[in-house]
Amino acid sequence: MDDKAKKTLSAIPLLKTKAGPREKDLWPQRLKEEYQALIQYVQNNKVADNDWFRLESNKEGTRWFGKCWFFHNQLKYEFDIEFDIPITFPSTAPEIALPELDGKTAKMYRGGKICLSDHFKPLWARNAPKFGIAHAMALGLGPWLAVEIPDLISKGVITYKEKSEQST
Amino acid sequence: MSTVEELQKRVAELEAILKDKNDFTGSKREKIAEMSAEVVDSNPYSRLMALKRMGIVNNYEKIREYTVAVVGVGGVGSVTAEMLTRCGIGKLILFDYDKVELANMNRLFFQPHQAGLSKVEAAARTLSFINPDVVMETHNYNITTIDNFQHFMDRISEGGLNGGAVDLVLSCVDNFEARMAINVACNTLGQTWFESGVSENAVSGHIQLIIPGESACFACAPPLVVASNIDEKTLKKDGVCAASLPTTMGVVAGFLVQNTLKKLLNFGEVSWYLGYSALSDFFPKMKLRPNPTCEDSYCRARQKEFNEKPKPVVADVPAETIKEVHEDNEWGICLVDETSQDAEPETKNNLELVEGVRAAYTVPETCPTQGPTIEDTEVSLDELMKQMKSL
Repeated sequence: MDDKAKKTLSAIPLLKTKAGPREKDLWPQRLKEEYQALIQYVQNNKVADNDWFRLESNKEGTRWFGKCWFFHNQLKYEFDIEFDIPITFPSTAPEIALPELDGKTAKMYRGGKICLSDHFKPLWARNAPKFGIAHAMALGLGPWLAVEIPDLISKGVITYKEKSEQST
Repeated sequence: MSTVEELQKRVAELEAILKDKNDFTGSKREKIAEMSAEVVDSNPYSRLMALKRMGIVNNYEKIREYTVAVVGVGGVGSVTAEMLTRCGIGKLILFDYDKVELANMNRLFFQPHQAGLSKVEAAARTLSFINPDVVMETHNYNITTIDNFQHFMDRISEGGLNGGAVDLVLSCVDNFEARMAINVACNTLGQTWFESGVSENAVSGHIQLIIPGESACFACAPPLVVASNIDEKTLKKDGVCAASLPTTMGVVAGFLVQNTLKKLLNFGEVSWYLGYSALSDFFPKMKLRPNPTCEDSYCRARQKEFNEKPKPVVADVPAETIKEVHEDNEWGICLVDETSQDAEPETKNNLELVEGVRAAYTVPETCPTQGPTIEDTEVSLDELMKQMKSL
């Protein structure tokens, strides 16, 4: 992790409540913390002029969806995000998926789940249960997009679509 | 518009295809009520029942009373299910949410014409054809999601032939999240299970017997890695997530089912942990004690129950004897990898690992990342959801 990534990470508040979606009493509290951390992270990104995703969930907070975007040569490429909160959360991280890229890159598991670096899981395990969805975005999806999207663009696997301009 | 002759020709063609298909399924054998030891060409169980005459197994026919759940029907799970089917297991319950793909054809069992079918459905068809005596139950879903997990637990606790718990759960999944989900289910239910796995570089694997409370559960320690005798840092992972070989998967499935048979039919010695390094043909073996501070509360509860139970006085093989698998340390492996770049000196669990096996990473006592913690808020969840949307 470089200094910039460390700084980004340390500005995301750590979570307090250790609870997964099966724990009916504590999960709503954890879910509130997840939203607080995500809101803070998005606000930090906006301040740093690096706003790059939006997320929302079903009312139970077990299924998440949203969008992320990536700028390359002044063009904006946008992708849908989706993932479930596994029953083992927060001991295990959510498996973030970009379904529309499924089958387009080898750096993915079935269903468009992104293939994370060897460093991600140890880092998550060492920081569980204080890491939440915002940390998974910052440490998982962010670096993945930065490496994979320019590569996919250069290979012509993904091309710029006009419509992504409208949803800004 | 087709002529009558053309249509008649087409009907004849289709009839021929249908006949071929019927002949294929027509050769399916009838169910056999009782396992016979009679040595005749037509008895599918004669070579298995011969194990009794040779004094290896006392009660082979008991295998028909047992139910095994196979979670993950991929490279290891499908072969595992086929071996158990051919051995005449009573009932198999298969779980997988994936479909057969042509990219799976470097592994055993599935065939190209099954591409697109769900793995559990395709497997159940083939297996019922091989041995119609085996009762098949299939579930095509992801066990780690909240919608399916309770049903998964219910099938483990009620899916047995007698309506009770299954006799063994075999984990043949390919990811950490699913292994942890099986671990939670089995710790909660006190269900004995085998974990199995093949490394992402395809050249090592392992099986591990987990009896909640008696042995380490999957969450008692970080995942274990069998040394591959190659410098992990030189491994190129660019452009791919995982490699796989039918050989390594076949070896691991063989280990898994061999130990399943020994456990169910009570013969030989069941391995607690058995590793396999394909590059050096090295097989480390050990028993892992449960971690008293395991983060899974059900694991700790099972440990308490186990410790309170009176122990049989049968002399166990001392752990030291098992550990002498490899005396020298030619791979230069240390028990806990302190050389990894994020090494932490303090670990939650003092693992007693055999040489050639190490933890994938270490976990410190306290959270290493410093920073602000979430502050308590009176704002409701609905409000927070709205705020997030309006950003």
